[in-house]
Amino acid sequence: MTTAPAPSKEPTVTVPDTSTEVQLLVEPSSLAPRRRMAQSLLRSRELSILAVLLLVIAAATIKNPSFLLSSSGWRDLLLTPSMLILLAVGQAAVIITRNVDLSVGSVLGLTAYLTGRLFIDHPGIPVVVVFAAGLLVGAVLGLVNGLLVALGRVPALVITLGTLYIYRGLVLSWAGSSRINASDLPAGFLALGTQQILTIPVLFLIAVVVLSAVGYYLYTARSGREFYAIGSDPDAAVLYGLNVRRRVIGAFLLSGALAGLAGVVFAARYGSVSSDAGTGIELQAVAAAVIGGVAIFGGSGTVWGAAIGAVLLVTINRALPMLGIPDFWQQALVGALILSAIVLDRVLSARQSRRLVEARDQS
Amino acid sequence: MTRTYAAYAHPLWRRLLLTREAAVVALVIAVSLWAYSNVPYFGDQLTLTYLLLDVTPILLIALPMTLVIITGEIDLSVASVVGLSSVLLGVLHERGFSIPVAALIALVVGALCGALNGYLVARVGLPSLAVTIGTLALYRGLAIGILGTKAVTDFPSDWTQRASETIGGTGIPAFMWVFLLLAVVFTLALHFSPFGRGVYDIGLGSEAAHFSGVKVERTKFVLFVLSGAVSALAGVFYTLRFGSARGDNAAGLELQVIAAVLLGGVSIFGGRGKLAGVVAGVLLIGIISSALRLQGITVNVINIIIGLLLVLSVISTTVLAWVSDVAARRNRGARPTKTPAGVGTL
Amino acid sequence: MRHDSIGAASHPTLTLRDVAKSFGPVVALRSGTLVAQPGSIHALVGENGAGKSTLVKIVAGVHRRDAGEFLLGGEPADFGSTAESKAAGVAVIYQEPTLFPDLSVTENIFMGRQLLGRGRRIDRAAMYAEAARLFAGLGVHIDPRRQALGLSIADQQIIEIAKAISLDARLLIMDEPTAALSGVEVERLFAVARRLRDEGRAIVFISHRFDEVFDLCDTVTVMRDGQYIATKPIADTSVEEIVGLMVGREVAELFPKTPAPIGDPVLQVSGLTASGVFHDVTFEVRAGEIVGLAGLVGAGRSEIARAIFGVDRYDSGSVRVKGCEVPPRDPAAAIRAGMAFVPEDRRRQGLVTEASVTDNITGVIRGSLARFGLLTKRMENAAAGPWAGRLEVKTGALDMNAKTMSGGNQQKVVIAKWLATKPTLLIIDEPTRGIDVGTKAEVHRLLSELAGQGMAILMISSELPEVLGMADRVLVVCEGRITADLPRDRATPEAVMHAATHALTGGHHGHPGGHHGHPGGAQDQQAAS
Repeated sequence: MTTAPAPSKEPTVTVPDTSTEVQLLVEPSSLAPRRRMAQSLLRSRELSILAVLLLVIAAATIKNPSFLLSSSGWRDLLLTPSMLILLAVGQAAVIITRNVDLSVGSVLGLTAYLTGRLFIDHPGIPVVVVFAAGLLVGAVLGLVNGLLVALGRVPALVITLGTLYIYRGLVLSWAGSSRINASDLPAGFLALGTQQILTIPVLFLIAVVVLSAVGYYLYTARSGREFYAIGSDPDAAVLYGLNVRRRVIGAFLLSGALAGLAGVVFAARYGSVSSDAGTGIELQAVAAAVIGGVAIFGGSGTVWGAAIGAVLLVTINRALPMLGIPDFWQQALVGALILSAIVLDRVLSARQSRRLVEARDQS
Repeated sequence: MTRTYAAYAHPLWRRLLLTREAAVVALVIAVSLWAYSNVPYFGDQLTLTYLLLDVTPILLIALPMTLVIITGEIDLSVASVVGLSSVLLGVLHERGFSIPVAALIALVVGALCGALNGYLVARVGLPSLAVTIGTLALYRGLAIGILGTKAVTDFPSDWTQRASETIGGTGIPAFMWVFLLLAVVFTLALHFSPFGRGVYDIGLGSEAAHFSGVKVERTKFVLFVLSGAVSALAGVFYTLRFGSARGDNAAGLELQVIAAVLLGGVSIFGGRGKLAGVVAGVLLIGIISSALRLQGITVNVINIIIGLLLVLSVISTTVLAWVSDVAARRNRGARPTKTPAGVGTL
Repeated sequence: MRHDSIGAASHPTLTLRDVAKSFGPVVALRSGTLVAQPGSIHALVGENGAGKSTLVKIVAGVHRRDAGEFLLGGEPADFGSTAESKAAGVAVIYQEPTLFPDLSVTENIFMGRQLLGRGRRIDRAAMYAEAARLFAGLGVHIDPRRQALGLSIADQQIIEIAKAISLDARLLIMDEPTAALSGVEVERLFAVARRLRDEGRAIVFISHRFDEVFDLCDTVTVMRDGQYIATKPIADTSVEEIVGLMVGREVAELFPKTPAPIGDPVLQVSGLTASGVFHDVTFEVRAGEIVGLAGLVGAGRSEIARAIFGVDRYDSGSVRVKGCEVPPRDPAAAIRAGMAFVPEDRRRQGLVTEASVTDNITGVIRGSLARFGLLTKRMENAAAGPWAGRLEVKTGALDMNAKTMSGGNQQKVVIAKWLATKPTLLIIDEPTRGIDVGTKAEVHRLLSELAGQGMAILMISSELPEVLGMADRVLVVCEGRITADLPRDRATPEAVMHAATHALTGGHHGHPGGHHGHPGGAQDQQAAS
């Protein structure tokens, strides 16, 4: 028996320690609710990305006060990101369910052109109807994506890559080489692009209303929470008996509708629409969501974070020239931001899981 | 007692013809024949030359992309590497480097770009979709940052001509030799080497592959490096062919490459697909584009067709699986097993 | 029959009679019968592969039965989804609970049926209060607001139970809930289970630990090879009787390990430690020797094996094969050193199930098959054929997918793959899990034969009779430590179970001081057996 691997000097685990340690780990937090809230807020991704945003704005403003302090500076700060906020909110909802929607740029292009055509072909059409048409067409295109993904059981990446081509092809064949010019659009509609209420641009208000509504829905509705459950663990969601298909279709419908709305906003903001409007913007929307803390494999993050991510992307673009950096470098910076966001997430989660293992191991 | 086994359950013709690859090849032939007889000028040498020149970058990048997707990953940054290598070639040429030296540096930088992707995906374990969306922006951003909106166009004419010269009177671009060489190398690596078997195993079950001693991390890393290097090569070709180095060269090409690879029968879930199918997939897109363009149909319809082909090709797999599943369930009711004779149930 | 009289008593919560289920050619359940009464904790026991899990999944709505009777509270039931079974009051707690890691504990409990406040908005305050109330009722301290990610298995199970209670489930099925729990956690779980029983719920408890079955349950049903064997009141039976019913045959006749000369040490593991998983693991395996690694599920046996083979990392310690150190975290190096590893999870780790028989068999050796770096299907088929033949793999052709094969046939492919590498050390984790009796005997004969040819074999098994029948020496692992080293003649079921539930503190076997032992020692000891 000499080769017997001798049990170590304390051969058995002292059981009482195990329990206290395990229970300590899950002991209800002794913090007062208000302090707990403050703490979780401080740790939240939304806040840290907001801090980066404020830093960028501060730096640009110090270099050039008109960046923030002039009336046009303030307006542009809010106006420029409005369109991307809409796209990022929809994209975030889709990514939270562990999917992705690459077709939003094409949807945006389609409804932007549609907006122009409606005004040209039906002079005097109410602006509200045009907005509704943009939403509706976007929703239908999103529904097609959702049905293909949910019923075809095919990765969203492939499906929406396909519909990216198809929808863009529809715009191209519809528009041809013609383009919508500002002169084709009614003045009332164009005014929306610059109009302000209490110094806040109307388009930004639209984006904030949409953001709040979607954020409120995802946070307080049963079906909204199911988005997170599905993205967190799709198999478990099926075991729970959640209606996964319906939620996934819903997410794509939302993303499509918001991209449709963004198309109308595009037309109002820029006045001119060519058939390549919105090309490549899908990756910016994904980037905004990822930077804003939406995990690319779903289950966590908020539309608030995605929206702040969108504002950050656009603002960096505008701030770079102020800071003496040619704005050609903007995209490189965006790439670096995305990479650091995902690497940071990994480092943090690795540290957390190591802490948990160590805590359990001390038992 | 030992028994001997038949190597294959089905005869050769069935294994060759009843495949996804065969279907794509058949489609290529059918579309070519249709275009040949219906589209004016389609049979011209010049058409062939332009068709092949146009698809060359996609053909090149599709080779490593196929392997990357078979392992279950994806590389969205390829077109940005094309842009970056194009800009480097231009800038280095401006600084007085000879074209071969500049091209070599561009290739090395491309490989380094791939290495960063590979490190983050294989070593750190980050999802390749997120990583390469990030590097898509990063590499493109570097390209645009270096050159701004300028373009370098004063490349020596002997090099720009070399990029589009043809082999004798065939109309086939001479650069196809480079592609052919790479295609042979990649085919041997994927279909006739232990490395390639490992690539498939990783895609079909990376855990089981790891348990069998397959170097999962290293394999993925190598593939991303290859993807970067070949994309840079495509960038060099692209630049010389158009005689123009620009930061936004080949923007959006990544989606065309992926569309072609998936169209060629590679599964986005990994583990399935053949290079022959992918080459056919690229050619199919090229031929359709070329034929439609000759008929005066613009890029828009081509987009729709590519998109539809892509969606249909992935949906068809699901639909076919569903159909055979239903059929199998029906069969099971009739017969005790649906497995061929000789397969025991123990 | 006994269970008939029990079933006829009043309204059983659950009645299953002669339920059958097949997956393609594989019969998972021949005839399952189980009658669970309200206010009772009913044990369901049987070896791995006896059909317990399939039975559970039919009740849970994961699978649909092919035949048989299924009543819930006297009403016929047939669930097409887990949502239906949940609605009918069935809650299942799996060995590894399925929670949403990103969501809070409370959200996990109430997902899909959250408490609503004004305007049908989720009322978080009410949910937190309700979760706290549930936890208090269960006598546990878990922060209702914390994320589910990082919870111990024990706490995850508590959350599943809290969910079941909030659903007011009348039938609670626990599938090996204690496998990964420590002593105190088990106590806590049992207290909760008794409380639920006293509320009049029916509980089905699946476990391999007889002390727990006899401690907690009032009735026991035994299954074997997909079939119902017997139902007994706990008070009227004994461990010996249950084991006899479970195994249903004499141990000796099934596991024919023939004595073989024991040679030099092949594998030497010393001080192997991976924090949180296993600690200070030291042992050796000699040529011609079969060493059994026994212990409860979750004790860390498979983890030790995986670390030795280099799949998992370890923090300290060393692994040597024939005296040469094997680098950590490098399965390829372990293979070069002469190791072979048949892992526990055949479908995910052992095989690439979507690949062909040939691809699987040549999966490890293909590097050496290549000529000038090139490899053709013909070369692979030529290499794979003889190994498939030697193991008598049943397949129509070598290019058939491994996916559709039976478990036994798949295991043969895995073993063929590793024997093709001509290893000096074979590590085999659960060699006969999910395999029918005939193939089981084949595998055992093969292992014995290989040991006879001088191969060193490290065998992990949860089936005690298999370990006792095959192993020259049994190492018992408990909570990540080796708690006993028993030679064949002293390895009785009692001794092993004792050590596995850490009652054995190294008192009468191990030598607390001598870590590395004397090389000759094992040989003497083997000679004795």
